[in-house]
Amino acid sequence: MQEPISWMIGGAQGSGVDTAANLFARACAFAGLHVFGAREYYSNIMGKHSYFQVRVHPERPIQAPCAAVHLLASFDAETPMKHFRSVVPDGGIIFDPKLLASTVDSPPNMERRYKQELHAYLTSRRRGLTLEDVLNDAADRGVRLFPVPYDDLFRRLGQKVGETEYAKLARTLNTMAVAVSLALFQFDIEYLDRAIEDQFKGRARIVEMNQIAARVAYEYIRETFPEPFPFRLTPVPVRQLRIYLQGTQAVALGKLLAGCTFQTYYPISPATDESVYLEAHENVPLFPNGQGPDKAPIVVVQTEDEIAAITMAIGAAIGGARASTATSGPGFCLMVEGLGWAGISEVPVVVTVYQRGGPSTGLPTRTEQGDLWFAIHHGHSEFPRVVLASGDHREMFYDAVRAFNYAERYQVPVIHLTDRYLANSTSTYPLFELDDVRIDRGLFLDDEALAARYADRTFQRYEFTESGLSPRSRPGQKYGIFWMTGDEHDELGHITEDVVLRDRMMEKRMSRLELIVRETPEAEKWTLWGEPDTDTLIVSWGSTKGVILEAMEEIARRTGRKLAFLQVRMLWPLDGERLAEILRRYARRIAVENNYSAQMAGLIRRETGIAIPHKIVKYNGRPMVVEEVIEAIQQVLQKNSPSSRTVLRHGI
Amino acid sequence: MAFKVAEYKTDLHIDWCPGCGDFGITSALQQALAELEMEPHNVVLFSGIGCSGKFPHYIRAYGVHTLHGRPLPFAIGCKLANPHLTVIAIGGDGDGLGIGVGHFVNAGRRNVDITYIVANNGVYGLTKGQASPTLALGLKTKSLPKPNINQGINPLLLAFASGYTFIARTYSYDVRHQVETFKKGILHRGLAFIDVLQGCPTYNDLWTKDWYMGRDHIDPETGKPVPRLYRLEDTGYDPRIPPEGLPREAYEARVAQFVQKALEWGDRIPIGVFWKDESVSTYEDRIRATAPTYLDFPPALRPICDEDGRPLTDIRKFLDELRVTGP
Repeated sequence: MQEPISWMIGGAQGSGVDTAANLFARACAFAGLHVFGAREYYSNIMGKHSYFQVRVHPERPIQAPCAAVHLLASFDAETPMKHFRSVVPDGGIIFDPKLLASTVDSPPNMERRYKQELHAYLTSRRRGLTLEDVLNDAADRGVRLFPVPYDDLFRRLGQKVGETEYAKLARTLNTMAVAVSLALFQFDIEYLDRAIEDQFKGRARIVEMNQIAARVAYEYIRETFPEPFPFRLTPVPVRQLRIYLQGTQAVALGKLLAGCTFQTYYPISPATDESVYLEAHENVPLFPNGQGPDKAPIVVVQTEDEIAAITMAIGAAIGGARASTATSGPGFCLMVEGLGWAGISEVPVVVTVYQRGGPSTGLPTRTEQGDLWFAIHHGHSEFPRVVLASGDHREMFYDAVRAFNYAERYQVPVIHLTDRYLANSTSTYPLFELDDVRIDRGLFLDDEALAARYADRTFQRYEFTESGLSPRSRPGQKYGIFWMTGDEHDELGHITEDVVLRDRMMEKRMSRLELIVRETPEAEKWTLWGEPDTDTLIVSWGSTKGVILEAMEEIARRTGRKLAFLQVRMLWPLDGERLAEILRRYARRIAVENNYSAQMAGLIRRETGIAIPHKIVKYNGRPMVVEEVIEAIQQVLQKNSPSSRTVLRHGI
Repeated sequence: MAFKVAEYKTDLHIDWCPGCGDFGITSALQQALAELEMEPHNVVLFSGIGCSGKFPHYIRAYGVHTLHGRPLPFAIGCKLANPHLTVIAIGGDGDGLGIGVGHFVNAGRRNVDITYIVANNGVYGLTKGQASPTLALGLKTKSLPKPNINQGINPLLLAFASGYTFIARTYSYDVRHQVETFKKGILHRGLAFIDVLQGCPTYNDLWTKDWYMGRDHIDPETGKPVPRLYRLEDTGYDPRIPPEGLPREAYEARVAQFVQKALEWGDRIPIGVFWKDESVSTYEDRIRATAPTYLDFPPALRPICDEDGRPLTDIRKFLDELRVTGP
């Protein structure tokens, strides 16, 4: 089976790199190809380097980034200077020849350490320090060079459309870079046409100009590089309904489906996009419900800080809405006090945490899986909470629904953990199935049920029951008056310091964790991938799912070696007993985690007594790539030592 | 149907100090709710932390005793989830004007239709008498080891600058005045701030009942104390900006008189309604501007699933926006 094609584009932030990448990816998606996109960018609005990798395959879905690049598209100097060593022999680099004389010192935002390293590299290979030297170095390894004089192409475009203003023509730069790439891949231009129409919807003049620009680019490639590029993209006829979406959209859609009607947020990378999507889809269509209109809003409130975000969401939940907020590490820190209040008051609320590089402000636009311990232990003293981790966009969608079901059924805060890499990456998927989705509101009583039970006796929000779960009401309901307080309380919700009541309330709340473990189907706690009959188990959680599965497939293909992989989905409460049974079946266990301490491995050791002695970790803010995971796992297998710690360092 | 004040009482023993101003606030709030004929189950009280945190427990309505400084965001979340409720946030001056001041100011930007009552006694009562954000510079209450090192902020001016559309002050030992003021605040369409001068006999021996009533201030002619407090209502002061607004000069004159009254302290302290602006949209109005079915199906009342748990939200159109292949 052919390997996926890997295309990459780079450029200064603010120069349209995202637009270009989306054009390329959507053109491929329209043509029936499986597409995966991963974006990297700096905490900066304009000028610093960003790049976007799109991996494409005709037959199988891709869910991970890789190090190797088949075609690198650029229109600045920094992109080839940073990525030339990623391009494979026979692969290609598209560049603007007018920049050949730029030196490696010229990109103003390139890090000093990288410049020094590049100097040393080029000097050691007896080269000068210009872009031309960089490209020649690549050419010596067999990389094909594709000079594209964009200014000439603009002139040609100008002649065709009767435009002389350079600034206007130069706006088609991104489209040209994409068109040049697709032309080299010998890809039908009609799909790019469609992507352009889609991108610049409703603006006919701009669509036209960009489509002509694409043709100018195709023509140029046909004339100048008659020998075909060895990598091709071919459309695949597909009947399957597929969508192409980004992680934050997946969560937002899941929340809408779940019946989330209230979301708060404070702007923070990378969580903001989720709330902005919800704002843009404020009026939500409803199926005929016999009770009212066929559209209702999700109320989205941008708050003054994260403390207001969590407390306002909890206030809405008290009011009876399914309420949530979305944030990242620094914001989650500020929410902890509020979550403790929700915990002792048994109010359901969902917090989506998009982990990013920490600690503190850390790496605001880079990824990490560093908040596992924090999510599980947040808050002083002890109260029950559920922590879920999603492995890909599809899981993010369904987990968003599950999060609300757990929150309302068990009357606890739920932390839905994902990360920056999943938030910003994009992928094609078969249309998400909706038929089996169910909403569970737990013991939330409607007006009739309340009246039936409590017309003659006082409703007690914290009534002791066998399960530990008490019926819930909301303000506005006649027989449901309750009190709530962050203090320890009695059954009515009034403050108490009584020793007996305190013990009983603590037990009422904490016993919930056991209840959740007992009632939750195993499929919602983890997924066991790969071969049952193997001695090696990879253990991980969250976004490493894609890269681990691809690495496993590749290892099996190359060496015949089969591996198993335990992807933990419900991080807390952790079913230690059942987990131990699974872990004991494997002689060798390897943790793969995007954090410094291998936090999941530590958690498992604590909960089961079973160590995971091999740790493959990464904490440089970049997601794991397939090649380095394959290499690291193979090293562990070959060395066969009792324990090991490998730090992955790929990244640009 | 007559609403008795007793409807709004719980049978909890009230553990405030004897003589605490909070007793008066509680009675007045219960009476106001009765006079407004508000069903207890349609009222939600949100309190912060402190002695004032206890209010909801002594009032028979939905009650939520939240976190220090946070009654406003909790209250706003609940009100926006169900705008048909009567939502009242209540807390102390330490709670609302120190740790909670970020929420205090930003609530003003929104003008959500709730009432915020602040029991203002110049100290942090429950933690034993430290100076609060409203205590003036140089004052030394019996609870302070040395005179207050900080200046006090002016809550009325802060509320005005933040955008509150109803600003009033009342007095915890005048139940009738409080009842009238609370009723006006609750009925006001928009965010109402009510500063209650509250006596703390345990820790603030300066702003006492006697001091407010001017017992140190005897009129030589009559031999009677001259109260510091006086009612704006008795002076012909007009706090109201009508829904259509006022011409610029008239508006600026109103602002000038508001500022003058808001700054007045010492021997003459005004109570009553200082500001009532009916020309500003509420946050709920703003939501409805782009979400016309908001009041029919606010977040708390929208049915989200049928009796079999099937979602009632139809996201197919949104998914279709993301479609790339298929018929």
